[in-house]
Amino acid sequence: MIPEFEPDVNILYRKAVEPQQVSQKMVGELYMMNYIWAALIIFSIIFSCLFGDVTKLSNVLLTSGNDALELALTLAGGMCLWGGLMRIADKSGITKLTAKLFSPLIGLIMPGVKRGSNAERAVTMNMAANLLGLGNAATPLGLKAMEELDKLNGHSPTASPAMTAFVVLNTASIQLLPSTIAMLRVEYGSANAMSILPCVWIVSVITVTIGLVSCKIFTKSAKKEG
Amino acid sequence: MLVCAAGIIITGLFKKVPVFDEFLVGAKDGLHSAVKVAPALVALVASVSMLRASGAIGSAVEIMKPLFAAISIPPEVFPLALMRPISGSGALAVLKDIFSSSGPDSHAGLVASVMMGSSETTFYTIAVYYGSVGIKKLGATVPAALMADITGFIFSVLAVLIFF
Repeated sequence: MIPEFEPDVNILYRKAVEPQQVSQKMVGELYMMNYIWAALIIFSIIFSCLFGDVTKLSNVLLTSGNDALELALTLAGGMCLWGGLMRIADKSGITKLTAKLFSPLIGLIMPGVKRGSNAERAVTMNMAANLLGLGNAATPLGLKAMEELDKLNGHSPTASPAMTAFVVLNTASIQLLPSTIAMLRVEYGSANAMSILPCVWIVSVITVTIGLVSCKIFTKSAKKEG
Repeated sequence: MLVCAAGIIITGLFKKVPVFDEFLVGAKDGLHSAVKVAPALVALVASVSMLRASGAIGSAVEIMKPLFAAISIPPEVFPLALMRPISGSGALAVLKDIFSSSGPDSHAGLVASVMMGSSETTFYTIAVYYGSVGIKKLGATVPAALMADITGFIFSVLAVLIFF
């Protein structure tokens, strides 16, 4: 009995100690999404236990997987369609032309992306789709661009400055015609549905600028600390 | 959208690109990245729908309401500002609420429209974009994106005050 038991204790000891060391390293490297995600879920559970409806919460937990996959399927359809169209556009030189139009801007925002590269073309197509308000196209094209930026970044798990700038650009809105909102305004009886346009443009320009500038500032301060 | 699709295909034909074959190659790539994104979506949708179902957002709004009224920001738009970065469909529901209760051309309706039009679903974008390529260290992304969102909220209120 005893000789069999001893190695078990050893394994238990190893299991108890080693992963802890590994996880401490991970914590030091700050994988931010882990914290945000865990905090959201734990907070929701505690909050609804104290003040809310716990059955509602558990129902939501059960259905959310389905909802997410439905969303993924919708996205998959769009990604197939726009992935295919973009491939044609690439082969017929349309993307090259768009990239030329945007390249001064890209050089400014993402200096790491070379002129005439695949990444530059993919990024510009996403920006064009965003400007035109083609939401269904913007995400698939954006993911394509992320793939190209990932290649430039050597598939590292750390976001490159170009990626950060690109994602921040996509979290702010650069849409010229917010058609969904305009349509909703008409539906609810607005006298002038498009009257919000100048405000939307000004606020968009301000938010995009602030987003990109703080991106640079935060990146620099993070580097100094590191 | 149709114009874009037609334009791309017609240009392709002019340049003698085998449009159908190339479409299939691109579509296959697209499907591949969609599969890569799915797990991140499940994780994100679960946490965000749980937060919405817990009623925490509603309570936060109740607590902050007097503060907003004091600095003459329409309190109706605050739930929108909270919802906008985490859930697109949630934000749309709040926007419809504001439109039906105060009207799209009311002060609150205008601020809400501008806010909605000048922002995106920040956390969804971050999770999907980084999830698709397996980025784990986000660098300055989250603080910078939140900075942009807060700025957007404040300037939506200011812009409507100036323009209307």
